[in-house]
Amino acid sequence: MNIIDDIILHSPALIVAIPLLGAFLTPLISKINDKVRNVFVISIVLFTSAIVLLLANDIYSACGKIHTYVFGGTAAITEGGFAVRILFEVDGLNIFMAIITTILAISGVIYSWAFMKENTGLDKYYTLYLLMIAGMFGMILTGDMFNFFVFLEITSIASCALIAFWTSKGKAVDAGFKYIVISAIGALFILFAIAILYGQYNALNMAVLASNIQFSFLDKIALVILISGLAMKAGIVPMHMWLPDAYGRAPASVTLILVGVTQASLYGALRMIFTVYGGKLTTTINQIGDVNIDLNLLLGIFIVGLALVTIFIGVLMALKENNFKRMIAFAAVAEIGYIILAIGAALTTVFSATDPRTGIMALKGGIFHILNDALDIGLLFLVAGAIYYATKETSLNRLGGLARNMKYTTIFFLIGLLAVSGMPPMNGFASKLMIYESTYQVNPILSIIAILCSILLLAVFVKVFHSAFLGPKLPKFDNVKEVPKSMLLAMGIIACIIIFIGLFPDLVVNNIVQPAVNALTNNSNYINNVIGGI
Amino acid sequence: MIYNIPYIAVVALIMIGLYAVVFKRNLIKIVIGILLIENGVNLFLITLAFRQDSIAPIYRGTGSRLMSLPVPHALTLTSIVIGVAVLALMLSLIIHIYRHYGTLDARKIGREEE
Amino acid sequence: MIEIQDFLRTLGTNSGFWNPLVWGIIIVIALLIAYIIRGRGKKEYKKQTEQTKVFLSGNPELEKEEMHIKASNVYWGFMESFKWLYTGLEKMHTGNVSDYILWFVVVIGIFFIILGVI
Repeated sequence: MNIIDDIILHSPALIVAIPLLGAFLTPLISKINDKVRNVFVISIVLFTSAIVLLLANDIYSACGKIHTYVFGGTAAITEGGFAVRILFEVDGLNIFMAIITTILAISGVIYSWAFMKENTGLDKYYTLYLLMIAGMFGMILTGDMFNFFVFLEITSIASCALIAFWTSKGKAVDAGFKYIVISAIGALFILFAIAILYGQYNALNMAVLASNIQFSFLDKIALVILISGLAMKAGIVPMHMWLPDAYGRAPASVTLILVGVTQASLYGALRMIFTVYGGKLTTTINQIGDVNIDLNLLLGIFIVGLALVTIFIGVLMALKENNFKRMIAFAAVAEIGYIILAIGAALTTVFSATDPRTGIMALKGGIFHILNDALDIGLLFLVAGAIYYATKETSLNRLGGLARNMKYTTIFFLIGLLAVSGMPPMNGFASKLMIYESTYQVNPILSIIAILCSILLLAVFVKVFHSAFLGPKLPKFDNVKEVPKSMLLAMGIIACIIIFIGLFPDLVVNNIVQPAVNALTNNSNYINNVIGGI
Repeated sequence: MIYNIPYIAVVALIMIGLYAVVFKRNLIKIVIGILLIENGVNLFLITLAFRQDSIAPIYRGTGSRLMSLPVPHALTLTSIVIGVAVLALMLSLIIHIYRHYGTLDARKIGREEE
Repeated sequence: MIEIQDFLRTLGTNSGFWNPLVWGIIIVIALLIAYIIRGRGKKEYKKQTEQTKVFLSGNPELEKEEMHIKASNVYWGFMESFKWLYTGLEKMHTGNVSDYILWFVVVIGIFFIILGVI
């Protein structure tokens, strides 16, 4: 067996372990020199990315392949039938989320070099940064409920400390406090739901739970709490209010990773709905007349309702906001709304016996939009950070004429603007087109509202473009210069990926998104692969 | 009935904690509320571990008597450790908030203006 | 592995399709038409004459800082006509962490009623 096979075999553990180890080595390394530390951090992240790509190559080599890694054993279940071993499992959806995290992590670290250069305490900053990345990878790759909770808490503690990193500003500390309260309560409720499930089935393993689940009354309570808790972490209206506070006050490089954290929570919700409760989604809960009220229908309608509110309020608040980063944060809320709109629409139709194609298409659009949303919103946050770095202003009311001094930043902002508002040929258009068309077949009103809000989203960013970049050159910004090269490089990486996905959407959908959708809709494959057909 | 008392205590703890978080103004009381919720969840986990007539899994050579599976205890320990970390972080943030605003009233701080 | 023609494939969405290549060709044609129309225009524009100066209906030119329309004024009319909506939304975003948790409890309650009672 050669070394590559060995690395692939142990890759799920390595992906989490390397950033974790690197995080605690960073304070030691930074005793030597700042440059050495920067090189060390980026090499840790690049090494992790290389392993993710190796694993991705392995997963995509065969259709429906699932890589299961059990800690301290080979089988998921011990002799005697206790399903208590911690295991990581990687299927199409996990590796899809891991690729997103990789892109965000690489550009975030590169961006931090110049962006955070003026600050003190950078050894702690990078430690927390790597911890956050490790926690995210853990959340994404784990196949164990309690392990999911632990990584959720690791991520929230690290990100809370990073949100409040600029402690000299009262608002930043306040935003950090709000974030930790929200995530602590959300995580505790998730733990409560996990305990309910454990109490019934004596298992913490997602696959074992999925194969045993009965959908009793207690399971209903667990489902309610799990989805609500994860929805709060994902920032779904009306539980989104922490999100603009936290995104708006954190350093831009941290906000980039926070976007990934919300999406990891969204991934958790997807995993709970489609995998753990996947076998019971078509149970009939009630009958009204001749119509069967199935669980997937009820859940789908509820999620679609939340999604419409999310899109609408997110966009309307973004239109009013004058603080650049808070505005993008509200736009991020709206974008999350598009994802869950697609997922809700998919839930209502994907299990229908006659025509599941609409549901599959909606699911494809939703999953594809997770990738696009992370890239677009991430790029916009980086641009906002660049403007803050150059001018020390956050309010759009005091900005103007920056396009004359910051040419590259303006180009990157334009790319982000077109992508986030779903204009061709950027990536946002491809996924939004899929969402519009599939939701139109579910109910035309959904897609009308979605398109209307997308136009409003364009209006939001046109306002930013007008007030920050266009207009006469303001005298107070005379000596504003273009931001340093490392920040431009980070923005350039994301912008290139956006354009690539925009130009070749079918390539991405077929090779990356399709396996993720297959992994979601086919939960018996998951169960069989992980616990070996019991 | 007697076996249901811990579950009632769990629900009571969580409810009291939520009440404190939602209706109390003082940030420290909000933190206390979170701790109450956490204790409730931990108590729930511990209660789940109990099986009637079982013994703790630390004794050996007791013959055929039932042993309770120690997984929930391990979970509770982990959860307590995480709870301590969260508590420390929250209290340190409260110190910073008090330095900046001179008050701990949740309604007086936090609103974003602009 | 990925072949070269995979890059050019059309993204099919049940009832429609999307191919950036087609879009690109159309954009190029549109630009060409625009260029032809532009070429037929008059050539009376002269640099550094009165023509290039700012003309504000005869009013004097303001300071540069005042000439720029501020972000909060861009959609003034929209904000004004939707004031009833925005006052409600403003009230919702209190910035108080207790209210955030209250919303969480409310959502759990609604969700539970939907799933448990219906």
